[in-house]
Amino acid sequence: MIHRLLPYAKKYQKYFLLATLCVIGECVFELVIPVLMSDIIDYGVMNQDTHFIIVNGLLMMGCALIAFLLGSLYARYAAIAGQGFGAALRKDVYEKIQDFSFANTDHFSTSSLITRLTSDVNILQNAICNGFRPLIRSPFMLLLALLFTFTINAQLALVFLIATPVLGIGLFVIVRRVGPLYKLMQSSIDSINTVVQENLSAIRVVKSYVKEGYEEEKFEKINEQLKKHSESAFRISVWNMPLFQYVMYPTIVAILYFGGTMILAGTMQVGELTGFLSYVMQILNSLMMMSNVFLMLTRSIASQERIVEVLDEVVDIKDSGNTELQIQHGTIDFNHVYFKYKSTAKEYVLSDIDLHIPQGSTLGILGGCGSAKTSLVQLIPRLYDVSEGEITIDDHNVKEYSVEHLRECVGMVLQKNVLFSGTIRDNLLWGNPNADEKELDWACKIACADEFINRFLDHYDTDLGQGGVNISGGQKQRLCIARALLKKPKILILDDSTSAVDTASEATIRKGLASLKDTTKIIIAQRVSSVLHADQILILDDGKINAVGTHEELLQNNPIYQELYYSQLEGAGL
Amino acid sequence: MARQLTNAKPQDIKKTLSSFKSYAAHHALALGIVAILVIISTCVNLWGTFQIRTIINQYLGQGDFEGFVHFIGLMVIVYLIGATATAIYKQLMIHTSSKILKEIRRDLFHHLQKLPIGYFDTHTHGEIMSRFTNDLDTVQDALNNCFDTLIQSFIMIVGTLTLIFVLSWQLSLIVFVCMFIMYLIIQYLSKKSKLYFSKQQKAMGELNGYIEEMVDGIKVVKVFNHEKQSIEGFDQHNGKLQDAATNALTFSGRTIPTVVSLSYFNYALVTCLGGFLTIYGLMDLGSLSSYLVFVRQTAQPVNQFTQQLNFMLAALAGAERIFAVMEEKEEINQGAVSLTPVLKKEDGTLEECSQHTGYWAWRHVHADNTVELVPLQGDVRFHDVTFSYDGRTDVLKNVSLYAKPGQKIAFVGATGAGKTTITNLINRFYDVHQGSITYDGIDVKLIQKESLRHSISIVLQDTHLFTGTIADNIRYGKLDATLDEVIAAAKLANAHSFITHLPDGYDTMLSGDGANLSQGQRQLLAIARAAIADPPVLILDEATSSIDTRTEKLIEKGMDRLMENRTVFVIAHRLSTVRNANAIMVLDHGEIIERGDHDELIAQKGRYYQLYTGQFELE
Repeated sequence: MIHRLLPYAKKYQKYFLLATLCVIGECVFELVIPVLMSDIIDYGVMNQDTHFIIVNGLLMMGCALIAFLLGSLYARYAAIAGQGFGAALRKDVYEKIQDFSFANTDHFSTSSLITRLTSDVNILQNAICNGFRPLIRSPFMLLLALLFTFTINAQLALVFLIATPVLGIGLFVIVRRVGPLYKLMQSSIDSINTVVQENLSAIRVVKSYVKEGYEEEKFEKINEQLKKHSESAFRISVWNMPLFQYVMYPTIVAILYFGGTMILAGTMQVGELTGFLSYVMQILNSLMMMSNVFLMLTRSIASQERIVEVLDEVVDIKDSGNTELQIQHGTIDFNHVYFKYKSTAKEYVLSDIDLHIPQGSTLGILGGCGSAKTSLVQLIPRLYDVSEGEITIDDHNVKEYSVEHLRECVGMVLQKNVLFSGTIRDNLLWGNPNADEKELDWACKIACADEFINRFLDHYDTDLGQGGVNISGGQKQRLCIARALLKKPKILILDDSTSAVDTASEATIRKGLASLKDTTKIIIAQRVSSVLHADQILILDDGKINAVGTHEELLQNNPIYQELYYSQLEGAGL
Repeated sequence: MARQLTNAKPQDIKKTLSSFKSYAAHHALALGIVAILVIISTCVNLWGTFQIRTIINQYLGQGDFEGFVHFIGLMVIVYLIGATATAIYKQLMIHTSSKILKEIRRDLFHHLQKLPIGYFDTHTHGEIMSRFTNDLDTVQDALNNCFDTLIQSFIMIVGTLTLIFVLSWQLSLIVFVCMFIMYLIIQYLSKKSKLYFSKQQKAMGELNGYIEEMVDGIKVVKVFNHEKQSIEGFDQHNGKLQDAATNALTFSGRTIPTVVSLSYFNYALVTCLGGFLTIYGLMDLGSLSSYLVFVRQTAQPVNQFTQQLNFMLAALAGAERIFAVMEEKEEINQGAVSLTPVLKKEDGTLEECSQHTGYWAWRHVHADNTVELVPLQGDVRFHDVTFSYDGRTDVLKNVSLYAKPGQKIAFVGATGAGKTTITNLINRFYDVHQGSITYDGIDVKLIQKESLRHSISIVLQDTHLFTGTIADNIRYGKLDATLDEVIAAAKLANAHSFITHLPDGYDTMLSGDGANLSQGQRQLLAIARAAIADPPVLILDEATSSIDTRTEKLIEKGMDRLMENRTVFVIAHRLSTVRNANAIMVLDHGEIIERGDHDELIAQKGRYYQLYTGQFELE
C-alpha cells in the first residue's frame, strides 16, 4: 500500500536524505559517548590519569553538542520533508477530485471525499512524521551497538545473537496479528460514528417518536462490539512490553553471569562490563521502537487505502482534447439516447430519447419526481455520458468537442446550486472572470437580481460569507442565473432554478431570457407557468418521452399536461 | 507520538477527576492490582540496576564465585517476577480501560438522548461528534498507556534519585541541578511550541474550510470549468499550512535532541567528577559504575514523565468536555399525566387496562391521589402564548388558537415568522414561558413527555432516515408493527409502488441517510412512518415541499386518509396544500396577522391574497 504513496516523497527526496544523514550522525555520536565513558573508568580512574579524564570528559561534552546540532538539523529537514510529502499528496488528491466526473463524485459522496482529503491525509502524514526518526534510527542503532559490543568483547556479544532474533520474531508476530484486529476496530468505530451522526441529525425524529430507548439499545450493541474489538487489538499490541522484559532481563543476567566469570578469570575489565550493559537497552530498545513504528503504520493503513482509492478511481469522462472544433450555433439533437447511472443497473433511467432542439429555441421540460428530467439535461454538457445512442450539438457528437469548450458553451444552473463565500461580484465572476460592470449589470437585469443587489449598501461587493447578508432562496437562485448568463453561453439550461422566485420576478426573467435570441434555452420546471411560452414543451414520464408539443397542442391532447395545468391554475396565479 | 494538542489545558482538574472517580470506582480492585503490579515491575527494574554494584563490589571484587552464582540465581527469579507482573498489569489495564471507556461512551450517548432539543440547536453536530471521536480517543490512549507509565516513570525518577543519592550525594547534587534545568527547558519548549501549533491549527482550519466548500460545490466547479482556479486557491491554503506545520514541527522536533544532549552533558560531567572522586578514594569503582548506569537512565523517565503528563492533561481536557456534556441539564420531564390504554364500557365510562384496545386515555393523578381518566381526543389550544428562544427577542407574541379534534390548521408565513416554533412547543421540544398550551384540556407541562409525544406524529421538511431496511425505517413509528401494517402504511403514503420497484423491496438496505433515494421518495417514507404510529395529532412541517405537484396529487388521497379523524397542523410553503384547511393562520414576526379559511382570506385581499397570487415572495 505504502509504495503507492511513496512517489509523493520524491520531490522532497533531498530533505529525506539529509534528515536520514542527521539521524545517523546523531546515532554515531551517541554511541561514542559510552565508549568514552568506559575509557575514563578503565584507563583514567585505574591509572589515576586526571589529564586523560578531563580530555575524555570534554570530548564527551563535544559529542553531546554535535549530537544536539545534528538533532536540531534533523528536526528542520524532517519537518520540511514530512510536511512537503503531506502537502504534495493532498494536492494530488485534490487535483484528482477536480478531474472527477459527476459519476465519480457520486460514487464517493462529497462528505467522504472531504474526510479523505482532510483527516485521512493528516493521519498518514502524522504516521510518517512520527515514524521516520525511529525507522531510520532503530536499525542503525541496532547494528552499530551490536558492532560496538563485538569490539568490546566478541564472546560476550554472542548473547545478543540469541536475544535479538528472539525479540525480533516476537515483535513481528505481534505486529502481524494486530493488523487485521485494528481493521476490525476501525470498522466498529465507523459504525459507532454512523449511529451517533444519524442520531444527531435525526434527533427531532428520535424524540418525537420517543425512541430514545431504542436508539440506546442500538448504540449499546455496537458499543459492545467496539469494546470487544478494541480490547482484543490492544491486548495483543501491549504484549510488546512484557515480551521486551522477558528478553531483556535474561540478557542482562546472561551478560552479568558470563561477564562476571570473565572478570573473575581476568579476561575482562569492570568498565567493559558496565559499558556492555548500557548497550543492552540500546539494542533491544531499538527493536521495540521499530515494532512501535510498524504498529503505528498499521493503524494508518485504513487511511492509506481510502486515499489510494481516490487516486486509483478511473475518471470515466474522456476528453477528446480537440481544441479546433467549435460550437457555432447550439442546435441540439438527441438520437435514441439511453442512460443509466451505473452500468450494472438493471433498468435505464432514460430510454429512447429522440429530440431536436433548434438553435435559439426554448424547450420546457415537465415531469413528476423521478421522471429523470435532471438526468436528461446533465447529458448535454457531459456531466454524465450517455449509455447508448448519441447527443449532437451542431451535428457533432458532444464527445468530439473538448470538455472545456463544451462546458464553456453550455451555461447550466443546477438544481442544488451553491454560491461560494466571498462577495456577490466574486461569485458572478465565476461566469466570466473578465466581465466588466456593464456586463454584470446586463446579466443581473435579465436574472432580475438587479433590484435587490442595488438595495445592498455595497452592491456587487456585498459579502455573502458568514456574518454578511443572508440572502433568501429566491435571491440565491437569481444570482445563480446571472452567474450562468455571464458565460454568454450558446446553450442555457435552467434546472428548476426559479422554484423559490416569486411569480412576478419569474415573469421578468422569462421575458429577459426570451430576448436572448441566439441562445438555445432548456428550462426544467415544476410550475406550468414557467414553461407555458416555450417553443416546445417536453413531458417526461418515467424516463420516457410522453409527449412533445406547444402549450396549445398539449392542452388539447395530453392528459398529464392537462392535469398539471388545471391543478396549478388556481394555485399559483397563472 | 507528537499529537497536536489543542485546548490541552483542562480548566478544572479536580472536578474532572472526581467525575472520573465514579467510573474508576467500579474497577477499583482491578486498578489497585494494576498499581501494585506496576510498582513491583518498576522496583524490580530499579533493584536490578542497583545490584550491579553489589555484584561488582561484593562478588567480583572479592572473587566469590559461589556467592556470585547464587546471586545471579536470585536475579533470575526476581526478574521473572518483574516481567510477569508487567505482562499481567498490561492485560488487566487494557481489559479495565476498555470497560471504563465503554461505560463512558454508553453514558454519554444515554445522556445525549435526554438532552433538550435546545442543546442540539445550539451545538453543531461536528462539535458533539468530536466528544465521541477526538475526546474519547485521547481518554482511551491515556487510560491504555498513561496510567501505568506515569506511575512507572514517577517511581523510576524518585527511585533513581534516591538511589543515586545514597550512592553519592556529592555527584547527585549535579544531577539534580541538571534534571531541574532539563525540566525547565522542556516546559519552556512545550509552551513555545503550543504557540506554533495554534498557528498550524489555524492554517489547517482554513484549508479544511476551503476543501469543504469546494468539494461540496464540486458540481458547480465543473459546470463552470472552474477547476484551475479551484486548484490555485487550494495551493495557496495548502502552502500556508505546509509552512506553518513545518515551523511547528521544526520547533517541537528540537525538544528531544535538546533534552538528550543535556542528559549527555550531565553524564559527561558526572563521569569526570566521579572519576576524580574515585581517584581520591571518596567513592569505590562499583558505585561509580552503577551510578553512571543510573544517570543514563534518568533522562528517559524525565522525558517520558513530561510527555505522559502532557497526554494526561490532554486526556483530562477531553474528559472534562465529555463530562460537561453529561452535566448538561436534562429535559424537564415531570408530569402527573400519562397515556394509558382503556376499555370503553357500554355506559360510556372508561376503564384502565393493560392490553392494547385501540382506545387511549390520559391518566391524570391529582394532588389528592385521585385518578381521573380523560379520553384522548386531540384537542390542542394555545392560550396567549409568548415565547422566545434566547430570552430577548420574542419569536411568538400572544398567540392564541384552538384546534378541535379532527380539525386541520395551517400556518403560512415567511421564514422566521414562527411557524416551526409553534410545532416545537406543541410536543414540548421547548417549553413556553408565558401563557399555556393544553392538550385535551390538560396543560402539556403536566403530561409526561413520552406520553405527549406518543400522541403526536411529526413529519419534517428534512427527512431523516436511518441505516437499515426500508421496512425498519417505516417501523420506526411503531417498533412491533407487522409487515402487513408496514405495507398498509406504505400504501397509504403512496410509497408502496416505488418500494416494490427497488431490487429488494421492503428489505432494501438504506445507507447514508437514504442517499440512494430521491428527496421525494424519502419524504414518502417519512409520511408512512407517521402513518404507522397512528396518533390523534399530526404535525406536517413542510412535509410535501419536495414532492412535485403531480405526485402530491397522487398521495393526496393517502394524505386525506392519514389526516382523517386527526387534528392536523400543517406548515406549508405551497399554498395549494393548505387550501382545504379549517383555519389558516398567517404569521408575521411571531404574530397571527390574519386568520380564517381560504375563501375568507382571499376575500380579505390581505397578505394571504398577495402570497396566493404570487405577488409576495416567501422565504
